Amino acid sequence: MQISRIAYLLRKLAGNPSALVGACILLVVLFSALLAPWVAPTNPYDLTTISLRNSLLPPLWHEGGKLPFLLGTDEQGRDILSLIIYGLRTSLLVSLGVVSMAGLLGGLLGLLSGYYEGRIGGFIMRVADLAYAFPAILIAILLSGLADSRGIGPVVLAISAIYWVRYARTIRSKVLGEKVIEYVQAARAIGASDARILSRHLVPNCLPPLLVLAAVDIAVVIMLEATLSFLGVGVPLTEPSLGQVIYMGKGFIQAGKWWLVVFPGGALIALVIAINLVADWLRLELSPRVMLS
Amino acid sequence: MLAYMLRRLGETILVLVAVSFICFMIFQYLGDPVMAVIGYEHSTPEIVARAREQLGLDRPFYVQYASFIGRALRGDLGRSYVHIRPVGDVIIERIPATLELVTVSIVITAALGLLLGMYTAVRPRNFLSKSILTTSILGISTPTFLIGLLLILVFAVELNWLPSSGRGTTKTLGMWRTGLLTIDGLRHLVLPALALSFYQFALTVRLVRAEMLEVLSKDYIRTAQSKGLARHKVVIKHGLRNAALPAITILGLQFGEMLGFSIVTETVFQWPGLGRLLISSIYSSDNPVIVVYIMFIAVVIAVVNLVVDLAYSLLDPRIVYS
Repeated sequence: MQISRIAYLLRKLAGNPSALVGACILLVVLFSALLAPWVAPTNPYDLTTISLRNSLLPPLWHEGGKLPFLLGTDEQGRDILSLIIYGLRTSLLVSLGVVSMAGLLGGLLGLLSGYYEGRIGGFIMRVADLAYAFPAILIAILLSGLADSRGIGPVVLAISAIYWVRYARTIRSKVLGEKVIEYVQAARAIGASDARILSRHLVPNCLPPLLVLAAVDIAVVIMLEATLSFLGVGVPLTEPSLGQVIYMGKGFIQAGKWWLVVFPGGALIALVIAINLVADWLRLELSPRVMLS
Repeated sequence: MLAYMLRRLGETILVLVAVSFICFMIFQYLGDPVMAVIGYEHSTPEIVARAREQLGLDRPFYVQYASFIGRALRGDLGRSYVHIRPVGDVIIERIPATLELVTVSIVITAALGLLLGMYTAVRPRNFLSKSILTTSILGISTPTFLIGLLLILVFAVELNWLPSSGRGTTKTLGMWRTGLLTIDGLRHLVLPALALSFYQFALTVRLVRAEMLEVLSKDYIRTAQSKGLARHKVVIKHGLRNAALPAITILGLQFGEMLGFSIVTETVFQWPGLGRLLISSIYSSDNPVIVVYIMFIAVVIAVVNLVVDLAYSLLDPRIVYS
C-alpha cells in the first residue's frame, strides 16, 4: 500500500466518529499493553510486592479504598488496574498470534487449493468443512484443555487449529472467482508464470477480505481466550489473563465485591467494541463497491 | 427425496466414524486416565499395571478402537472412569438440562433476532432502530461468560429478583427431567437463557438486517410497492420470505454454536447439564465421557443440518433435493 493510500484511509477515519473513538481506545490499550511494566502502578505478578494485608480493598472512591489501588484489589491483594493492564497484554498477544498464524497458513492454503484445485487441497478443504460444522469453542476447549499448558503457546496453537479454516475457505472461494476473470487470463496469455500470477495478481486482490476477516477475528479471539481462561483451560495461572481475573472475582460477587468482575470485564468489552468499530469501518472502506467510487 | 435422505444418513455415519476415530487418536496421547481412576497416592507400579489391564488400556490402539465401535453398535458406550457407571446413563441424565436451555435460547434468538432485525431494516433512521443496533454491537462484543456474570450481579445480587444457580424444582416425565413445567424451574431458566442468547441474538439482528436491506432494494420489491400493495404485505410476503433463507442457515449454525457455548453458561450458572459434565471430565481425564459427549454433539449437529436443509425446500419451492 502506498503512502497516499494510507493518508487517504486516515483522512476517512477522521470522518467517521465511531471508528475514530474505536481507534483511540485501541491506541490507548496498545500503548499501555506494550509499556505495561512502566504504565501499571504495580506489578501484580511479582510475589515480593503484593501483600495479603491489601486483600479485597474496594476502589479508591469507596469507603476503605487506598492508594495506589485505584480500582481496588483482589483476594491476594493484587491491584486490579495493574491486573487489567497485564491481562490486556496477554489478550493482544494471543489474538495477534492466532490471527497471524491462522491467517498466513489458512490464506496460503486457500490460495493454493483455489488456484490449482488439486486433490490434496480439495481433501484438506473437505476436512475443513467438516471441522467447520463443529462449534469452535468446543474444539478450543478440548484442544486447549487436554494440552500441557506452558506459556501462551498452547492456547495460540489450539485456537489457530480451528481458525485457519475461515481464512482458507474465504480465500479459496475468492481465488476460485478471481482466476477466471480476464486479467488473470491476460497475464497467463503474455506468459506470466504461476508464481507471478499468484503473487502479483491474486494476492493483492485477496488482501481486502483477508484484512476484514482478520480485524473481526482479533475481537473474536480475544473473547475466546478470555472464555478459555475463565473455564480454566486457557493460559496457565502463571500468565496474566483477564479471563482468570474474572473467574477469581466470580466467587466474590455474591458478597458484593463487584469491582473484581466489573472492571476487568469492562476493560475486555471496551477493547472488543473498539476493535469491532474499527473492523466495521474497515469493511466499508475495503468493500470493492466503495473502492471503485 | 428418499435417495437424498439415505445419502445424508450415510454421510452422517461416515462423519461419526471419523469424529470418533479422531477423538480416540487424540486421547491416545493426552492425559493418563489410569492415574485419574486410582488416584496418585496409591500409585505403585503394580497397581497401575493392574488397573490398566482391567480398563483394557494395555491393548493396542486399534484393538481398543475396534472394541469401542463394536460395543457402541450394540448400545454399550463404555464406562465412565470417574462415575463408575455406563457412560450412556451419565450422558442421558444430563441431556434434558442442556437441550432445554439451548432450545429456549434459540427460540429467543430466532424470535427477537428476526423481528428486530427486520424492524431495523424497514425503519433504519428511527431512534428505536439505532438503539437496537447499538445494543447489538454491545452484544457481539461481550463474551457469554461475562454477560452471565453481569446478569447475576444485577438481577440476582443487587435486585434479588431471580435465582442465579441450578435448575430449581424439576418434574420428571418418563426419562425426561424438565424444569419447564414449574414456576421455580422457569425462574431459574431466565438468566442462563438470556446469557446464552445475547451474543447470538446480536449476531442475528445484524445479519437479518443486512439481508433484509439487500432484499428490500431489489426490483420486485419496487414492483410490489408500485402496484399498490400495503407496506406490511410487501415487507412480510416479499421481503421476509426471501430474507428468511439465509437467516435459517444462520440459525442452524447457531444451534451448534449455542451447544458449544452452553458449556460456558452452564459453568457460570452451575446448570447441571452436559457442558459442566464435559468440563469436569476434562479436569479428571474421563475420556469415555468426553468421546461420547463429542459424538452426541456430532449427532445433534447432523440432525439440525438435515432439518435446515428440509426447511429450505419447504420455504423455497425452487430447491429440489434428488
